[in-house]
Amino acid sequence: MKKSLLLLSLGLFAVTQFAQAGDLTGVISLKGTPPAEKELSPIKDDPNCSVSYPGALPKTKFYVVDASGDLADVVVVLKGISAPSTGASAAPVVMDQKGCLYYPQILAVQTGQKIIVKNSDNCVHNVHTVPKANDSQNLVQMPGGADLTFTFAKPEPFLKFQCDVHPWMFAWVTVVDGPYFAVSGADGKFTIKNVPPGKYTLEATHRKLGTQTAEVEVKADGAAQNFTFEVK
Amino acid sequence: MNNKYHPALFWFAVLNAVATFLLIGLGGLVTSHEAGMSVPDWPTSYGYNMFALPIKFWTGGAFFEHTHRLLASVVGFLTTILAIWLWLKDSRKWMIWLGIAAFLGVIAQGILGGLRVKLQMDSLGIFHGAVAQTFLVLVCAIALFTSRWWQNSETEKQDSVPRGLRKHIFYVTILIFIQLLIAATMRHQHAGLAISDFPLAHGKIWPDASADAVVRYNAERVETYNVKPITAFQVELQMIHRLVAYTIFLGVAAAFFLARKKLGGRDALTKFAFFWLILLSLQIVLGAATIWKNKAADIATLHVMVGALALLTGALWWLVAARRTRLAV
Repeated sequence: MKKSLLLLSLGLFAVTQFAQAGDLTGVISLKGTPPAEKELSPIKDDPNCSVSYPGALPKTKFYVVDASGDLADVVVVLKGISAPSTGASAAPVVMDQKGCLYYPQILAVQTGQKIIVKNSDNCVHNVHTVPKANDSQNLVQMPGGADLTFTFAKPEPFLKFQCDVHPWMFAWVTVVDGPYFAVSGADGKFTIKNVPPGKYTLEATHRKLGTQTAEVEVKADGAAQNFTFEVK
Repeated sequence: MNNKYHPALFWFAVLNAVATFLLIGLGGLVTSHEAGMSVPDWPTSYGYNMFALPIKFWTGGAFFEHTHRLLASVVGFLTTILAIWLWLKDSRKWMIWLGIAAFLGVIAQGILGGLRVKLQMDSLGIFHGAVAQTFLVLVCAIALFTSRWWQNSETEKQDSVPRGLRKHIFYVTILIFIQLLIAATMRHQHAGLAISDFPLAHGKIWPDASADAVVRYNAERVETYNVKPITAFQVELQMIHRLVAYTIFLGVAAAFFLARKKLGGRDALTKFAFFWLILLSLQIVLGAATIWKNKAADIATLHVMVGALALLTGALWWLVAARRTRLAV
């Protein structure tokens, strides 16, 4: 009886919290002119990859910024919140190798959350993770081969995935120990959903431009916090 | 003890030395193309027997890594035959031991290369590079010791080489080896160019290596290869590499002028020292070009190969000088 009451109380508490939870939104902007992106010229020397690009070759994508200065690929993480990772039950995230490039190039997952790596190319890739806190893996993936699954147990910013067969191929995965994070989209916007009311530190990190933090107070109807990165 | 000159053995030793030199070049291409981990398994390649990997998989970075493994197997095979041949035909006991050392060296080097892949340890790559340079000197020394000149030198009049000059050459050669260790450390950081301008360094005579400056350098870099962010240590290491390079150049220039003064301009060792100076001049140009061309793989690899030749030239010069001096007494 006591146990049932305890579970009921916990359930009610969780529902109440969720009902009160708001979305934390914002826009990331870039001030200044970033370095020019470079053409991935080695692709032209590999017939397996160049076949995907009959026209212009793709370029690097370090500063994905639109005409309004909205900056994509910034990882935003809520700090100071006590929330265990739900990665084990979260939907897997898919990363594809297409045209000898990774899609997406920047992503974020929870600890324990599956990353499914596909090979949509007609050539062999090796999927090589180069972590600092987690264990490194280097697996071969044949054309048409089975998907590869990766999970990471420890939080780590910008854990690199790379292909050494095609050394211009790389992607970065930020592993967060909890569910409260987002990656800014092409319009610079981000949304962290269902944040319980409270005061937190919000941390925004761009792989090239570093980290900015802001103190935010999330209320029942949510909160907004923008960031502006500057190219020095 | 006199030993009979075996032309076939000598030329076989030369073949092994040339194959080893090419193997260093191919290893240089592997690292220059950041392709060392492109074939994740070893001794198999993509699950195949290494010698049966279908050609369709010899692409991109795997082409360099796989051909490096194949040529390494060839060098292993040649070295094994050389060791057996020395054991059968060379009457000098120490030569038999050199053959055994080469055999063990090539086996150890192969295992090191495999462990570097299996354990994914960059530091093993540095060791692998250093052992490669040492092994090249060893197999070239074996070729020298089996040469007609070496074996007939006892019956010919020899001019001694002053001790001071020999010591000078020895120390410069050691410095070149240290420089190769620094270079291997730089290359196996897999961070690309830590300083992208020359003769200045990040626009200064001595670059700012503070944390803020390194953040700025990384933000300014637009990498097209999967290199890591640079660190202050790498910036400083490249500066040390530059300073040691200038020191070596002056040391080799001094070696040439000393040789011409002490031995005369017509002496073979003076001419060899001049060749050494030409090599070092070329090496400085290649080092600068490596930076100006953003570490283009072919130029960076030529820089590795000329570095190996510079070490080898110093080592062989010293061995010949020591031989001449011993016989002249």
